[in-house]
Amino acid sequence: MRSRNISPSYEGLNDPQFEHDSCGVGFVVNIKGEPSHKIVEQGLKVLKRLAHRGAVGADPLTGDGAGILIQIPHEFFSAVLPFKLPPLGSYGTGFIFFPQDKKKQETIKKIIAKTIEEEEQILLGWRAVPMDNSEIGKTARATQPTIEQVFVQKGNKVNSQLELERRLYKLRRHIEKQIQYESFYITNLSSRTISYKGLLKPHQVENFFVDLKDERVKSALALVHSRYSTNTFPTWDLAQPFRFLAHNGEINTLRGNINWMRARGIDVIRPGGSDSACLDNVFELLVLSGRSLPHAMMMLIPGAWEQNNLMDKEVRDFYKFHACFMEPWDGPAAIAFTDGKHVGAVLDRNGLRPARYIVTKDGLVVMASEVGVLDIDPRDIKISGRLTPGKMFYIDTESGRIVEDEEIKEEIVSRRFYGQWLKENLVELEDLHRSSVKEEEKLDLLSLEKAFGYTREDLKTILKPMAEKGTEPVGSMGNDTPLAVLSGKPQLLYNYFKQLFAQVTNPAIDPIREELVMSLESYVGPQKDILSESPEHGHKLRVKDPILTNEELERIRTIQKNSFKSKTISMLFKTSGPQDLKKVIERICEEAEAAIHEGYTFIILSDRGVDEKQMALPALLAVGAVHHHLIRRALRTKVGLIVESAEPREVHHFALLFGYGAELINPYLAYAVIEGLCEENELVLDVKTAVNNFRHAVSKGLKKILSKMGISTLNSYRGAQIFEALGLGEEVIERCFEGTPSRIGGAGFAEIARETLSRHAQAFENREILSSGGIYQWKSDGEFHLWNPESISALQDAARHNDGKRYQEFAQLINDQSRNPTTLRSLFRFRKTKSLPLGEVEPVENILKRFATGAMSFGSISGPAHETIARAMNLIGGRSNTGEGGEDPARFKDDRRSAVKQVASGRFGVTTNYLVNADELQIKIAQGAKPGEGGQLPGHKVSEIIAKTRYTTPGVTLISPPPHHDIYSIEDLAQLIFDLKNVNPKARISVKLVSEVGVGTVAMGVAKGHADMILISGGDGGTGASPISSIRHAGIPWELGLSETHQTLVLNGLRERVRLQTDGQLRTGRDVAVAALLGAEEFGFATAPLIVCGCVMLRHCHLNNCAVGVATQDECLAKRFSGKPEHLVNYFRFVAEELREIMAQLGIRGLDEMIGRTDLLEVNKDILPWKAGNIDFSKILWKPGSGMEPATKRRGSKGTEAFSLWFPSVMDNELIKMAEPALRNKETVKAEYGIRNSDRTTGGMLSGEVVKKHGEAGLPDDTIHFKFSGVAGQSFGAWLARGITFELEGLANDYVGKGISGGKLIIYPDKTSTYKPEENITIGNTTFYGAISGEAYIRGVAGERFCIRNSGLLAVVEGIGDHGCEYMTGGRVIVLGRTGRNFAAGMSGGIAYVYDRQQELPDKCNLSMVELEECDAYDRKFIQEMLEKHFKYTRSPIAKGILDEFKKEIRKFVKVMPIEYKRALSEEEIEGMEVSDG
Amino acid sequence: MGNPRGFINVKRGEGGIRDQASRCMDCGTPFCNWACPLGNYIPEWNDEAYLSHFEHAYQLLAGTNNLPEITGRVCPALCEFSCVLGLNDEPVTIRENELAIIETAFKQGWVKPHPPKTRTGKSVAVVGSGPAGLSCADELNKLGHSVAVFEKDDKPGGIMRYGIPDFKLEKNILDRRIELFEKEGIEFKLSKEAGPDLIRQGFDAVCLATGARTPRNLIIPGRDLIGIHFAMDYLTRSNRGEHKEAQGQRVVVIGGGDTGADCVGTAIRQGAKCVLQIELLPKPPEVRPESQPWPVYPLILKTSTSNEEGCERQWSIMTREFREKEGGGGKIGKLWCVRVNEQLKEIPGTEFEIEADLVILALGFLKLETKVGEKGAFVAGDARRGPSLIVWAILEGRQAAAAIDRYLKEKK
Repeated sequence: MRSRNISPSYEGLNDPQFEHDSCGVGFVVNIKGEPSHKIVEQGLKVLKRLAHRGAVGADPLTGDGAGILIQIPHEFFSAVLPFKLPPLGSYGTGFIFFPQDKKKQETIKKIIAKTIEEEEQILLGWRAVPMDNSEIGKTARATQPTIEQVFVQKGNKVNSQLELERRLYKLRRHIEKQIQYESFYITNLSSRTISYKGLLKPHQVENFFVDLKDERVKSALALVHSRYSTNTFPTWDLAQPFRFLAHNGEINTLRGNINWMRARGIDVIRPGGSDSACLDNVFELLVLSGRSLPHAMMMLIPGAWEQNNLMDKEVRDFYKFHACFMEPWDGPAAIAFTDGKHVGAVLDRNGLRPARYIVTKDGLVVMASEVGVLDIDPRDIKISGRLTPGKMFYIDTESGRIVEDEEIKEEIVSRRFYGQWLKENLVELEDLHRSSVKEEEKLDLLSLEKAFGYTREDLKTILKPMAEKGTEPVGSMGNDTPLAVLSGKPQLLYNYFKQLFAQVTNPAIDPIREELVMSLESYVGPQKDILSESPEHGHKLRVKDPILTNEELERIRTIQKNSFKSKTISMLFKTSGPQDLKKVIERICEEAEAAIHEGYTFIILSDRGVDEKQMALPALLAVGAVHHHLIRRALRTKVGLIVESAEPREVHHFALLFGYGAELINPYLAYAVIEGLCEENELVLDVKTAVNNFRHAVSKGLKKILSKMGISTLNSYRGAQIFEALGLGEEVIERCFEGTPSRIGGAGFAEIARETLSRHAQAFENREILSSGGIYQWKSDGEFHLWNPESISALQDAARHNDGKRYQEFAQLINDQSRNPTTLRSLFRFRKTKSLPLGEVEPVENILKRFATGAMSFGSISGPAHETIARAMNLIGGRSNTGEGGEDPARFKDDRRSAVKQVASGRFGVTTNYLVNADELQIKIAQGAKPGEGGQLPGHKVSEIIAKTRYTTPGVTLISPPPHHDIYSIEDLAQLIFDLKNVNPKARISVKLVSEVGVGTVAMGVAKGHADMILISGGDGGTGASPISSIRHAGIPWELGLSETHQTLVLNGLRERVRLQTDGQLRTGRDVAVAALLGAEEFGFATAPLIVCGCVMLRHCHLNNCAVGVATQDECLAKRFSGKPEHLVNYFRFVAEELREIMAQLGIRGLDEMIGRTDLLEVNKDILPWKAGNIDFSKILWKPGSGMEPATKRRGSKGTEAFSLWFPSVMDNELIKMAEPALRNKETVKAEYGIRNSDRTTGGMLSGEVVKKHGEAGLPDDTIHFKFSGVAGQSFGAWLARGITFELEGLANDYVGKGISGGKLIIYPDKTSTYKPEENITIGNTTFYGAISGEAYIRGVAGERFCIRNSGLLAVVEGIGDHGCEYMTGGRVIVLGRTGRNFAAGMSGGIAYVYDRQQELPDKCNLSMVELEECDAYDRKFIQEMLEKHFKYTRSPIAKGILDEFKKEIRKFVKVMPIEYKRALSEEEIEGMEVSDG
Repeated sequence: MGNPRGFINVKRGEGGIRDQASRCMDCGTPFCNWACPLGNYIPEWNDEAYLSHFEHAYQLLAGTNNLPEITGRVCPALCEFSCVLGLNDEPVTIRENELAIIETAFKQGWVKPHPPKTRTGKSVAVVGSGPAGLSCADELNKLGHSVAVFEKDDKPGGIMRYGIPDFKLEKNILDRRIELFEKEGIEFKLSKEAGPDLIRQGFDAVCLATGARTPRNLIIPGRDLIGIHFAMDYLTRSNRGEHKEAQGQRVVVIGGGDTGADCVGTAIRQGAKCVLQIELLPKPPEVRPESQPWPVYPLILKTSTSNEEGCERQWSIMTREFREKEGGGGKIGKLWCVRVNEQLKEIPGTEFEIEADLVILALGFLKLETKVGEKGAFVAGDARRGPSLIVWAILEGRQAAAAIDRYLKEKK
């Protein structure tokens, strides 16, 4: 269905449903609604100025799509048409994309004409839209549709324009349903707006659509969009704006949103659309059904109201009411929308996309992803603003004014008595009468535990810590156990699923520090029609914690309030009968359907009552089956689905049940087990506390899983199916998990039945202890591990004694998995071909250069271990990786240096000096063991030396945020790549992704973003500490991700642009051979090298007590480290030798010939285990095209030349020339420049030069002083080195001063401007991210996340957005104005001073890590000095005012002091600290 | 891991059982568990012991080991040699911990007879009541089969009763366990030779666990002299409490293994005048040599308490002949020996005599294949795998029981 974008021969792994788009969005509007051609021109100009936010594919002239939506230019159309047009508002028009085939065109036209007639409207005529395709790319031209414009006059029954719009909508839907041609598309059909768009680059739009140049084309508003798609084949129809909106961002919950719309029986979403297109479909429906634009938008994208006590109650009631029947469309979004009369824009609750606006004195509004997209005289600026999270920006051109967020919301929420309606209808679970749970008979605990597959590990490693501490347990190292479908041990169905996670195209959320946006609240029960509203729409059961206690479940089971009633449906079936799960599922679905018809409002699927004679259907199977069955029957929203099951105990289990439609879950056996643990004193807690702790741990874990995907609420996660199945067959997927990718097929109902039965059968035997488990810890009678005592000792012996025979034993233990199939690659074998003499294969030395070691930070592993690995890699010419945590500058120039320097979300130690000393800069987007999650190094582990390398304070906790705060989307990543390239143009830039379905399309985007190398990491990779469920259940093996990526890149002609590396439990030469054949040029190893260094897989890394000195910072233990670089060299040589032997056997001389040769692999059918009999590897082994492309197509680029080709010239080239005297002789240099938003990363390259020549110390302060005027592009002053001062008169965009390393930034609005800077925005979002040191003086307000992860910058600003000073670890920040919400979240170090005139800081500050104090003498002195400088540099009247009344005003300053930092400081001399801070 | 810093803070042998248990690192890859043939859940019960949850520790121990009070005393503790802590520190005292757990369990009365709730109606005969036989019987009995153990000696226990000296294993320890088995319904038929033909006598299956007691001989001139005994014969007599034949004698034990050490200890306790232990092979290294890296069980010099109690040990000695005591009426008087090099080649000119009144041959046992033709007959323990350790015998017994159970189910 959706494959229409894909070449016809496509049989590989890439699935177009995983395309993403991110982009630039904007509008220009005349507030008074006066149409002019100028607005159109300005719109087009904005579009061009956003060009750098879009992307181009392999064909440089083909963009990903761009367009402009304007009011219908009635005057123009009237003039050019051969027929007469009725008055504006009484006809509709729109562009139709036709297939190029004339016959088809005729057919379509006939259908359209017929349909118009049927709908009782009048076809006025057609117009061929004039186009000039001389400029557009060949890809675009090849798919260019014929575009004609249709004119429809309203029929006589149509009385209003809204009615006409509805008719036109109906008409369009009717036509769309009748015509299934691939390239047929109606841009919009409206009496108000018209959209010119196509597969174009922004600057091509105006020339392509000849109309747009015509002076008679006038509009009062223009909505524009420039697309950056990761999609394989961007298409004409997916260009934006859509009918009502243009979207920058990504809807994470799309699958669930589509399903829920289907569940309501509403068929409006056009198949094949992007997430933005789907959202537009639904928005359009809501608007045309009578809701106002802002009302519909508030329904779909609610602000974070759940925990916001500062929000107006009526607004909260509105949101709460609508939560009863509409799940949020969740994800990063900046949306601009219009109906031709009103225009508005909104941000998602997290504010993860930028949106800035300028209002001029003469009534023009320009809103866009960036400021500076239209040149506006600073004197004309009335307001410089930005959209804030969850807030709406709305312009009514009819009344000719901007309607403030509060006003528009007030108007909407007071339309009805939502609060009253809720009061009367919404039922709170807590208010239901307590049910007297009958003293239930004691469960036969042991037998039930066995029947549901509980192991001793589940008790000890999972349940006990959860019940004890209320948190999910943490583990370390990777996963080396068999895939569920390969395992010889019976597996729970949950193990066949892997969690998906956000990478690049959307950011993960921090569920701890940004908890205020998260919510698990659930509204359960039958739902009313979304097209109307009535008090009864609020008739739902509200449940705060969706993990029900037994008592709570009984309350629901016995509910008799209003029309609510519950039906329990058993999931049990007889062990004696035939074990046909399909029959059982059928029975359950029928019962569920019957229950709905009988008026039941809640269905409880229960597996209580298992005994020798009755076993349970896996709960997940039942939930998925019922959920999908009811969706297909459009009955799903008529009932609440509750699960009462013995199965769920891990967070992953709960996530899956919710993800496939469960609304509430009661894990009764987990509770009983916890009760048992309490009784046996294994838990020294009372049962109630233990159970509550467990529920708390589940909630917390759920939030983490949601946040990994960037989803904030359980309401939108529910049914969103954010999983990939691995090893489940088609029949199971279609029946129970429809829409879930399962790319290698696998077990069917028969296999699942057999597995369930075997578990059940042993439950009633009389073994008195539970089975071992052996997942988290190797056990001789537990699950198989590839790293086991035999393989570990064989590898260590081989490497230490350079013993080739022993290495072969090791390789045999790993490569031959015929007895314990574990990995996908073990099921392959090499095809027999003509072999070569070994001597003809390229030498070991060549191969070694392709080897890299994994990113393991100094911090996660000990100093000796880190240096040993670096030395070894330098010896063999491979690459070691610093990991996230910096590198001691003393190592930069000697044999301990790591060639690869990582840039991760924490930006610890990422100084300019660090960057310029790298051969490769690696942007870590995700890590195999915990993709989508952040990390934390607790204060007690931050030793002096670690603090020094990371530029932080000893003893102060270091938090790595889940996302890079400068990468919320693909165009942001392109920007970061650009930044890094500027600082160090010689380094190659790599991007580390983790294998998951869709990674190929993400990689496409990364390749388009000009990365030189993409690392596809397997989900099995190791970690120093990660939640146990993430290690096992997130991310998939590299075999799939690598092959998907290779195929996708080849298919799109982008493979030459990048090299591919893979890692994730590579161990032997055979592993390398398979990786090469699947498409990798380079290979990373991490666990194996650690084992060579002495690691014996204690899996204690997170405890800091590694007994062999590998993963510890304990000095006495680090001394036990026994690894030697020579051992590693021996190991890598063995691997390379083994690889050479395979190459010889395959007849391959050089590794380059081997890349992507999947034709040399085949499936070894003889060793497929019973469950995997139906596994199908054809998608992994599929070769794009004929399979015989020239070698260059397969190989990827050799170096970084690909980037250089695309490297735009930057202003820094000029700055460096000018700074020559300073660079050479430290002479003072001054100059002035104009700047605009397309000048990005200004100062990055210059700073690189300064540090290359003068080292970390840079130049004396102010040696280079450049003054700019205008609007600076993104990353202004990034990594600004010591000795450079940038002064900007004007405005700046996002990422100002990113990573600033000693430089000075002064920014103030144009001196001719008349607005009050302290009330207007001067710089964008995420500024001074990862700042190392330096000074910043900002006159005016900054956006969200000011000084995030600041290590040592001293900054003054006059107001900031949400999440200010988040994750800060050092430095000082003075805020002379209001802060947004969640100030100081995760702030473990540094100090902030807030001039809190309104005394509102306590409400806005996140107090979990900081205290609010009064300023002492030292603080006062510091503030005074800083304000004096601020005034000197920016002439700020605010600063002046405070200084004038200092004694009085200083009392209004609140000092925000991290608790830990205070403790750490009190242990040292404060003066001593200043040195490292300044 | 109960106490993450236990192994850093506590030294081997210091403090009580909890301290020792705290040293266990609860490794992600517990090599002890791998090295133990039974797969004892060592880290898990160490953890429980550290937490003073001895009852849980006992349950875990009993889950894999039918005779923990025996292995806790006499097992050479393969586990300790592969303990990860042993890489750069002293290993955990695993065997002592095991013993502490099982003895606490006995003391607390947790080790109680648990006769099966239901019987399957199947009967199995186990021939031999050594560690293999007893484990096999115990497992089958727990599964509800009716088990009869046939023993040719007058008391059950096999090698544990007669082959291991009292000072290593007091026999009441064994009796305590046998009594439990009896209470759980296992029938012991003593002084009864039996074989696979029991099948024909109505048993549904038979397990032969008759051990490997055929000693390796030393056929050299003078072997017929009086006063030259096989170790097992000597130990059996001693264990039966018969006369102290080494009293006042000059004793030479040939063979440097564990059995030899048992003989040395027994002879010293019997009041031997002096005891010399000689061994053909060279003296093993005292610490683990590089050629036998961790975690393999190394051949290193073991010094048992018996050796410490006053016995001289010599290595690289080949005995060429036994010489009659002068005028001794066919009794042993001297050994005529020669020193050998590492390749076991005689070194010319190093011949010498050793005076001896009593010579004990502790040269190990032969592996003889036990053949069974009968359907339903199984073999386990030393009788199948050749002479080995008690833990291996217990494992064999358990595996045989599982195989027999499967057989019986299929037969049904």
